[in-house]
Amino acid sequence: MFWNENETKSRKELEEIQLSRLKWQVAYAYEHVPFYTRQLDSVGVKPSDIRTLKDLSKIPFTMKTDLRDHYPTGLFAVPNNKIVRYHGSSGTTGKPIMVGYTRGDMENWTEMCARMATAAGVTAEDTAQIAFGYGLFTGGFGLHYGLERVGASVIPVSSGNSERQLMLMRDLHTTVLIATPSYVLHLTEVMQDLGIRKEDLDLRVGMFGGEGHTPEMREQIEQRLGIIDTQNYGLTELCGPGVSFECLEHSGMHINEDMFIAEIIDPVTGEVLPEGSEGEIVFTTLTKEGIPMLRYRTKDITRLTYEPCACGRTLARMDLVKGRSDDMMVIRGVNVFPSQVEAVLMGVDGIGQQYQLIVTTEKFMDKMEVQVELMDGSMLESYSNLERLSGEIRHKIKTVLQIDVKVTLLNPKTIERTAGKSHRVIDKRSKAF
Amino acid sequence: MLVKQINVFLENQSGRLAEVTRTLGANDIDIRALYIADTTEYGILRMILDKPDQAVEVLTGAGFTVSSTPVIALAIADKPGTLDHALSILSEGSLSLEYLYAYVGRTSDDAVVVIRVQDPNLALRKLAEAGIRVLSSEEVYGI
Repeated sequence: MFWNENETKSRKELEEIQLSRLKWQVAYAYEHVPFYTRQLDSVGVKPSDIRTLKDLSKIPFTMKTDLRDHYPTGLFAVPNNKIVRYHGSSGTTGKPIMVGYTRGDMENWTEMCARMATAAGVTAEDTAQIAFGYGLFTGGFGLHYGLERVGASVIPVSSGNSERQLMLMRDLHTTVLIATPSYVLHLTEVMQDLGIRKEDLDLRVGMFGGEGHTPEMREQIEQRLGIIDTQNYGLTELCGPGVSFECLEHSGMHINEDMFIAEIIDPVTGEVLPEGSEGEIVFTTLTKEGIPMLRYRTKDITRLTYEPCACGRTLARMDLVKGRSDDMMVIRGVNVFPSQVEAVLMGVDGIGQQYQLIVTTEKFMDKMEVQVELMDGSMLESYSNLERLSGEIRHKIKTVLQIDVKVTLLNPKTIERTAGKSHRVIDKRSKAF
Repeated sequence: MLVKQINVFLENQSGRLAEVTRTLGANDIDIRALYIADTTEYGILRMILDKPDQAVEVLTGAGFTVSSTPVIALAIADKPGTLDHALSILSEGSLSLEYLYAYVGRTSDDAVVVIRVQDPNLALRKLAEAGIRVLSSEEVYGI
């Protein structure tokens, strides 16, 4: 089932739509955003030089730091009276980024989220519980509007309060759950504690996003809840959720190509890579009025295919995101992304959000230590509580990464806060032999 | 009568215990009894203090993970067999003991035993029925 005819157009038709929209978007950005005027001028490209889709590669990349440097609204293409909504993300280095939506942007965003819901098999017959946070974070509102558009009965419960989540799920017969994968895993643990079985609920589909999740996590979620797990992808910088989404085939996430052009580049050289190569995915918006993004570097590592999907959609598909280009480590031959550890830690009760990974070499073997902070004194009643906690973390990391780590519990606020993302990992391994 | 015990999480790093005692000293809080259980990774410091509520505040402020637990302080004669008698009362009442620590008080001939059980109120009743003296907060904090 499809929501929009653009999801099944031939490649040629899609590319025609993309080219005409790209020409408009580049000219619009050049004219209304001084940053883009400077970007294009710096390489001597005029909007009129964009004659084919290939010409896109002439335009310089836009980075996350550009959004930060132009905080709050320096990259907006319209004055405040055309903006109907702000969203933002806190960022990891403290300085947030802000994005703004015009009425037209809101319409397109809702449209994309409606396609996403339809691809997950959600219809007006469904009751959808949104356990994403509502607020500046794009997740809650994005899904909310999209699900309302397809006619589902939306429960805007927002994130947290697991017992209430489960109560509503049971009482209102929720069939679709929207959450981050790690929160879902947490919910299943609460279910266990409360003696709620999956048979007691009517859940049938999960629409999960906000963070990546591994096939292992998906398997666990599907098993524990007896549902179909679908993932979706989005970035605040591009609109939020809805950029790409899985259908029930589970064979990659369909990119809304009439709204975005995706490219895969070599994260080091910036060179565009051929179809099927693994690299960093870069997006260019095609319809954005509030804050256009030309060749926005996501840092997310994935792969693209243009083969039509068995579901009938012809939209290009991207693999589930493998990690971020700037923080991959190799531990005993296993590629490890801190985000994978993070996803595990987020599902553990009793510890804070901060963590640090310390990699060392002992007797020629890589060792990884995971440092986490206790949330409060509630575990100090007995040792077994603390031991159960570190055992749980160790076990979960082993399940996801297949590597054994040492877990160190720390007092709150011991881990440096101002450090930002890059300091989450301290690699003490000697580089020379 | 239950007594407040303060629990502090200690990372296994040199100087952490001294930071606790320094924080308490600087705030004029007196340690009446203390007990540390540790593993190679971390320790839990359990203390009876003269100003437990203030201690929670200042230690939390100093960045420690702190909690307080209701415990029972027993005064038992400093003679062979008396601790056994008190423990028998608890085990007969099916009250499982999580931990205990003892110290000999300054002013009386009794020893003070601090015990932690799952159901302290039931334990208090059983101990009272058996005629074992349970110390009040004032008595303990003022030891």
